[in-house]
Amino acid sequence: MAGGSSINVLEQFELHPVLGGLGEALRFSQSPLYMMAAVCLVLAFLYFGMRPAAVVPGRLQAAAEVCYEFIHNMAVDTIGPEGAAFFPFIFTLFFFILAGNYIGLLPFSFTFTSHIAVTFAMAFMVFLLTVVVSLKVQGLRFFAHFMPDGASPFLAPLLIPIEILSFLSRPVSLSIRLFANMVAGHVMFDIFASFVIMLAGFGVVGDVFAIGPIAINVALMALELLVGVLQAYVFAILTCIYLREAVAH
Amino acid sequence: MGVITKTVRAGLLATVCGVSLLAVSAPGAYATGMPQLDFANPLVTGQVMWGAIIFFIFYLVLSKAMLPGVARVLHDRSQRITGDLEVARSAKQDADKAVAELQQARKDAMAEAQAHLQKVLDEEHRAAEQQMQEINARLASEIADAEKNVAAEKARALSALKEIAADTTQALVQRLTGVAPDAQLVAQSVESASAHRSII
Repeated sequence: MAGGSSINVLEQFELHPVLGGLGEALRFSQSPLYMMAAVCLVLAFLYFGMRPAAVVPGRLQAAAEVCYEFIHNMAVDTIGPEGAAFFPFIFTLFFFILAGNYIGLLPFSFTFTSHIAVTFAMAFMVFLLTVVVSLKVQGLRFFAHFMPDGASPFLAPLLIPIEILSFLSRPVSLSIRLFANMVAGHVMFDIFASFVIMLAGFGVVGDVFAIGPIAINVALMALELLVGVLQAYVFAILTCIYLREAVAH
Repeated sequence: MGVITKTVRAGLLATVCGVSLLAVSAPGAYATGMPQLDFANPLVTGQVMWGAIIFFIFYLVLSKAMLPGVARVLHDRSQRITGDLEVARSAKQDADKAVAELQQARKDAMAEAQAHLQKVLDEEHRAAEQQMQEINARLASEIADAEKNVAAEKARALSALKEIAADTTQALVQRLTGVAPDAQLVAQSVESASAHRSII
């Protein structure tokens, strides 16, 4: 960029301390602030949605009930009857990620799910939970899962390391999937937006051609709305699948 | 599962590559590196601590207050619906029972009425027959009396006829002969004559 108006597409992921020195001391950046905003948004939605507690629900109450039943069915159908115990956890996970993804789509806001530290912490929490539940439900038989049933014993030296590796890679794949999707989406927004500014330097012709990147960004917004809910769903459903394996006898 | 995992991994690899390519091609992007991977920054690791606290509070509020509230509303609704259905079902049962009772009562009443009618008809029939018999008997006795009377009258008339004939004969003989005939003889003659003629 000869003009010097360079745009750093990764600048949007930088963390800045909130409230100056206090935020620096408490390691409180805008990321936890947006987490709080997301949590408050979901809680407000549920609180105001369910406040009428009507037998015949209004729009907001129906929406809140649909959210509840959607996650409840997902948990119970995937995990089984024991899924009801994990339902609040799955609900928390799904809506924490969904609200984070969607709040990040607002202009000038921040997407905390675009930080690998956050997504990996959540994935590792899920991983720890599945290991703890597995050991509690199955005891030492849990380790028998690393040797697939009916496989030849001669293949054991090959199969067991593969199974262990695949088990250990779960939190990695779970966290990178969400992180990469969010980062990719926001980087693309920035790149196409920077094209608009670049084209603006070419006069009237550039102004006309700048409509293209803007239209692409509008389409990208629709795509990101889909990706946001899809990634939250994938994260939640994979957690359910891991928990089903954990509670299986 | 294996295929899905492979596909997901391939997709992930492609995504990461794409992001890296975009990052490389973007002006001045790669110079600073990804802020997310700058783990020396205390703010990056601070997210994990704050995230854990916020997530835990979110979980507590949801599991203790919000979700049970939603569950209660849903439960109340399903309870109410099943209750209403139960009421409707029992009402229908009552109505069915009432209809059956009504039909049974009607059938019973019909049978009773039929029996009563038959009884009345039989009684009437019997009474009429008896009356008829009585009338017949009375008529028969009256006829018999009348016949007896007729026979008596006839006998009386016939006996009077002989006297009249004897008187007439006596008067005729006296007129013709001028002599009064013997009454005994006349009576004898009338008797024999009447026996010949056999009027009676």
